[in-house]
Amino acid sequence: MPEFDLARSEVRELNQALHALQRETNETHWKVRNPGGKHALAVGLDLPITVEIDGHAGYYCAGMNKEATVIVSGNAGVGVAENMMSGEVRVKGDASQSAGATGHGGLLVIEGNASARCGISMKGIDIVVKGSIGPMSAFMAQAGNLVVFGDAGEALGDSIYEARLFVRGKVSGLGADCIEKEMGPEDREALEGVLAKAGMDGEVTPDDFRLYGSARRLYHFNIDNVDAY
Amino acid sequence: MNDHSHQHSPRTLPRYSATFDQHSISEIERAAATGIYDIRGGGAKRKVPHFDDLLFLGASMSRYPLEGYREKCGTDVVLGSRFAKKPIELKIPITIAGMSFGSLSGHAKEALGRGASAMGTSTTTGDGGMTQEERGHSKTLVYQYLPSRYGMNPDDLRQADAIEVVVGQGAKPGGGGMLLGQKISPRVARMRTLPEGIDQRSACRHPDWTGPDDLEIKIEELRELTDWEKPIYVKVGATRPYYDTALAVKSGADVVVLDGMQGGTAATQEVFIEHVGIPILAAIRPAVQALQDLGMHRKVQLIVSGGIRNGADVAKALALGADAVSIGTAALIALGDNDPKLEAEYQKLGTTAGAYDDWHEGNDPAGITTQRPDLEARLDPVKAGRRLANYLAVLTLEAQTIARACGKNHVHNLEPEDLVALTVEAAAMAKVPLAGTNWIPGQGGY
Ligand SMILES: Cc1cc2nc3c(=O)[nH]c(=O)nc-3n(C[C@H](O)[C@H](O)[C@H](O)COP(=O)(O)O)c2cc1C
Repeated sequence: MPEFDLARSEVRELNQALHALQRETNETHWKVRNPGGKHALAVGLDLPITVEIDGHAGYYCAGMNKEATVIVSGNAGVGVAENMMSGEVRVKGDASQSAGATGHGGLLVIEGNASARCGISMKGIDIVVKGSIGPMSAFMAQAGNLVVFGDAGEALGDSIYEARLFVRGKVSGLGADCIEKEMGPEDREALEGVLAKAGMDGEVTPDDFRLYGSARRLYHFNIDNVDAY
Repeated sequence: MNDHSHQHSPRTLPRYSATFDQHSISEIERAAATGIYDIRGGGAKRKVPHFDDLLFLGASMSRYPLEGYREKCGTDVVLGSRFAKKPIELKIPITIAGMSFGSLSGHAKEALGRGASAMGTSTTTGDGGMTQEERGHSKTLVYQYLPSRYGMNPDDLRQADAIEVVVGQGAKPGGGGMLLGQKISPRVARMRTLPEGIDQRSACRHPDWTGPDDLEIKIEELRELTDWEKPIYVKVGATRPYYDTALAVKSGADVVVLDGMQGGTAATQEVFIEHVGIPILAAIRPAVQALQDLGMHRKVQLIVSGGIRNGADVAKALALGADAVSIGTAALIALGDNDPKLEAEYQKLGTTAGAYDDWHEGNDPAGITTQRPDLEARLDPVKAGRRLANYLAVLTLEAQTIARACGKNHVHNLEPEDLVALTVEAAAMAKVPLAGTNWIPGQGGY
């Protein structure tokens, strides 16, 4: 298994080595030692490889990921898996703000808690947080599923579009145009699918979650919604 | 009261108020009837200090001009030489500004690409992602990185020739994008991951960074994503140009794009367009000063925009210290926007050629600011591209004419000392003397 020691080499070398891999490579499993909270680790990956980061990652770890699996054994800084397209990113510890921001696809699993703005502007990504999420999460969330085992902070789903938010714990408050919805069969299927994908289907009961989504009252400019603009 | 002699006594003419002018009255009436602010496209329409308030001195006893036909006057510009492995080389210092597919039709985007490529310059995507029309027809394409991140993806990032992180734009510094339902066609909706036909507002703050310290890390990520190849621009609306430029440089930008309040937009509240931000004339010198104070002038390039119409505007912007200019509205006019030939259709829309600014409604008879296939079909991208190339050629020739008259063998050699101001305001903003005096307001003297 190729190893990269960031105590001895630069982030730039790591990323370039990962970008240089060809589709038929045999070097499909990488280990990164001494990440030391460095930023932009394993960003822009474009192949079905696995990268294990042994420690804490700084900002934007696994940004724009495609196909790869990136595992962070510690905590992750701001914007982990931002704008992910596909693949999987798993953080064993906690994640800072804007986890999974604008993600278009793939799966992000945070085994600890995620801070504010988790899933902000998400565009199709699935996010599972085993702990709780901070305020302003799923702001303007467009598509995808956010599944939270714990609680959600203030203003959840403010100005949300078509994303689905499943929360098992307490929600401190809903943002503009976000409402609780009845969980239909399709929603339930989506939830079960995400849990299965995350390998957590046995851990929780889908019935314990509540669904939040868009009231769609802000979809058209209307004088009566003027407070919300 | 029925005294008939009254009819014959002289009367004053009906007088419109300068304060409550006809436009203000109509806006009050409109607001009272609808309860919602006015949205429109374009830039600030009222008169603000601008390049027209400056003049070149030309050659005289102490300055020698260059021969118009024989002596070369260079116009090329390199953008992104600070950090990027592959800086952009343009033949002319005039780029096409970011305008989204969504706000513009596919044909319009193609035409921009054709015209710009023919003249050796770049186009820029916008708040709706990259289209094949544009990538295919633009030899040099700048990919915008906006708060909405609509359509943002690593493949397009790698296909781009440069990346422009948009912090703001001149028409609406502090505002996000807006695209109304009529223009959210199935294709636009798909590209933006939005439901069709909704009135879309895009975010005004980036979702995963706030402030210059974070931006520095964001730029590092974008560089890592693209193996440090591509120039990274930071675009700001003109508000606090000295500090914004200094902070953009600190954040690691290769190029700063500064857009004045006259700069166009596809759609925003009228009150925002007319009342937020400062004219580009007032913004260039502070931005250049920031670059000079950091020892970065000409190392981090400065592109300015907002109301550039002719080669004199280009030359003046460069003389004040910019490395290049960018055009939006003028490029659309060159393609055929507001064409008097379409007057009958503008009348039907309740407006007139030259004043049409309901770009957000998607009914553009010229086929430019629309997503309606029937209207888009009217714009021939080849012919429109040719018109844009012609126009860019004229801008360049005009700027060269002025530069030669000032004795410069490259447009970048124009300097503030070549300029004077016609008004005290312009003299203060551009920091050049009032014509016929050596007085620069704010710089000592009387
Ligand atoms: C139709 C239209 C769409 C625009 N879309 C964007 C955009 O998506 N992103 C952006 O940064 N600026 C956008 N702008 C602003 C331009 O990039 C540029 O700053 C401005 O047009 C320059 O001023 P000018 O129109 O006076 O030349 C748009 C402008 C117009 C006219």
